[in-house]
Amino acid sequence: MSDTCFIKALDLRRFRSHVAFSRSFDGRPVAIFGPNGAGKTNIIEAISLLSPGRGLRAAKSEDMAGRPDPIGWAIRATADTVDGERELAVSIDLRTGGRRKLTVDEAPVGQAALGEVLRILWLTPAMDRLWIEGASERRRFLDRTTLAFDPKHAERSAAYERAMRERNRLLKEGVFDPSWLDALEAQMAEHGAQIVIARSKTVDRLRDAQEGASSAFPRADIAVVGEDSPAVDDLDATQYRQRLADSRRRDAAAGRTLFGPHRGDLEAIYKEKSMPARECSTGEQKALLISLVLATARGICAEISAPPILLLDEVAAHLDEGRRASLYDEIVDLGVQAWMTGTGPELFTALGSRAEMLELASPDSVAD
Amino acid sequence: MSQTAPEIEELIRLLGKLPGLGPRSARRAVLHLARRREQLLQPLATALAEVAEKARPCAICGNVDIGEICNVCADPDRDPSTLCVVEEVGDLWAMERAGAFRGRYHVLGGVLSALDGVGPEELRIPFLVERARAPEVTEVVLALNATVDGQTTAHVIAEALSGADVRVTSLAKGVPVGGELDYLDDGTISAALGARREI
Ligand SMILES: Nc1ncnc2c1ncn2[C@@H]1O[C@H](COP(=O)(O)OP(=O)(O)O)[C@@H](O)[C@H]1O
Ligand SMILES: [Mg+2]
Ligand SMILES: [Zn+2]
Repeated sequence: MSDTCFIKALDLRRFRSHVAFSRSFDGRPVAIFGPNGAGKTNIIEAISLLSPGRGLRAAKSEDMAGRPDPIGWAIRATADTVDGERELAVSIDLRTGGRRKLTVDEAPVGQAALGEVLRILWLTPAMDRLWIEGASERRRFLDRTTLAFDPKHAERSAAYERAMRERNRLLKEGVFDPSWLDALEAQMAEHGAQIVIARSKTVDRLRDAQEGASSAFPRADIAVVGEDSPAVDDLDATQYRQRLADSRRRDAAAGRTLFGPHRGDLEAIYKEKSMPARECSTGEQKALLISLVLATARGICAEISAPPILLLDEVAAHLDEGRRASLYDEIVDLGVQAWMTGTGPELFTALGSRAEMLELASPDSVAD
Repeated sequence: MSQTAPEIEELIRLLGKLPGLGPRSARRAVLHLARRREQLLQPLATALAEVAEKARPCAICGNVDIGEICNVCADPDRDPSTLCVVEEVGDLWAMERAGAFRGRYHVLGGVLSALDGVGPEELRIPFLVERARAPEVTEVVLALNATVDGQTTAHVIAEALSGADVRVTSLAKGVPVGGELDYLDDGTISAALGARREI
């Protein structure tokens, strides 16, 4: 067992449907129930914003401001971590046209710093089509999983992205300044190689975490694939830079960079059936995702003494009773604070007193 | 609408644009000034008018000072063999505060960024190369931020200086990623300068 890491208090102001929500939690899993539109997903979306990136709906700041008077929003959380109590806050004031303000213990920080405090993973109904849609969602899933193990992944991804966008712009404007392009390509090769290595480590960790565990969820054999992304054993910096330099004209014509980790993809195979995830049934596809999230949580607990926080939106409703009970058992065994949503309390009866219940009233009744 | 006179509102609005000041603190500042007309408001107005009239970027290094050439460039005791390249005037002032550097400067006034429309000419890189070619110059120190754009700029300047027969060095990696020079304490700046390395 590892140490605890959970959200002890959460305070939302003007965040979507929550004008003022405030509550404390004791570290057990949290089962949120209430009718459609009660604001369940909004709560876990707010929690997801306490990690680097744009949160589980990838929404714009403006869209999250409480209507009808969208002037901004604020999320504050007290987290109980191995480093003691930490105060995280994310807010934006749209009236001053400012950007999102992030603080840890009242000190302003960058996005990446949030990942050092909490490791947050999520599953949402929107991810049900993860295995059959385009590669970008799977890449995002892989990078979020990597970030949970390795907070530095946020920084290197942002640096890679910035260098690539700068290069794309130069090529688009026909500025073939060799020294300027060299400078950007050197940084793309440096950060790109780190991204490839970090992703590959994630795949190894997930394999190990599934190996030793007994789980009710199917094993997924995963691999990073994609011909247009560098392979781990092919990361020679000079060659990588040369390849970018050689493809300047081609990239300029395409309007984007055609080679790099931003073109990588994640492949999964249902191990027992040797069946690619995209050809599995809808239920099996979901089970594979749950399996990977649990493996991530297990891997993090084993490696770092800071368990992750799981956000499982509408996951319980789609499992039969047996699987649901197993999911709860595994979550409780891991000792992670999993935030789970569902429409009725009956979905969570198997948890009993092992979880705390949070009932949200229907949107038409009085606000929190 | 507000009860305050438009002149005062305008002052509040302008002060509110200063870094670290919002509309509320600007209002407080103006109240504070109004209550101390003799001791503060009038001397401030005079100082502002004077600086507005006389301050300009130094024709050589880009520092902001009074007169055509800044005090650093005009000082005959500064070491002419070393040039230090910084992004902003604030970085130059931070280095001067630390007192660890005795040479002269080149203020870029930004960093290379195609997305922000900043190219080598905007940063006066050609002029920097010309200065570095002067026979007395033997070293150019790049004191740029560890951001992607800062490092791109460092790379391009180093390349541009390759024909100038100078040693090109950069600050030690002690400077945190995206950590702007202006926010570092004097000791950190001195240490980073002391441990500079060739690139
Ligand atoms: N910016 C906003 N301001 C006010 N209400 C919002 C905003 N965005 C979404 N909502 C409301 O939040 C509710 C949906 O909340 P959600 O958390 O998704 O519900 P559920 O409990 O079904 O998960 C809807 O009633 C929606 O109208
Ligand atoms: Mg929902
Ligand atoms: Zn000067």
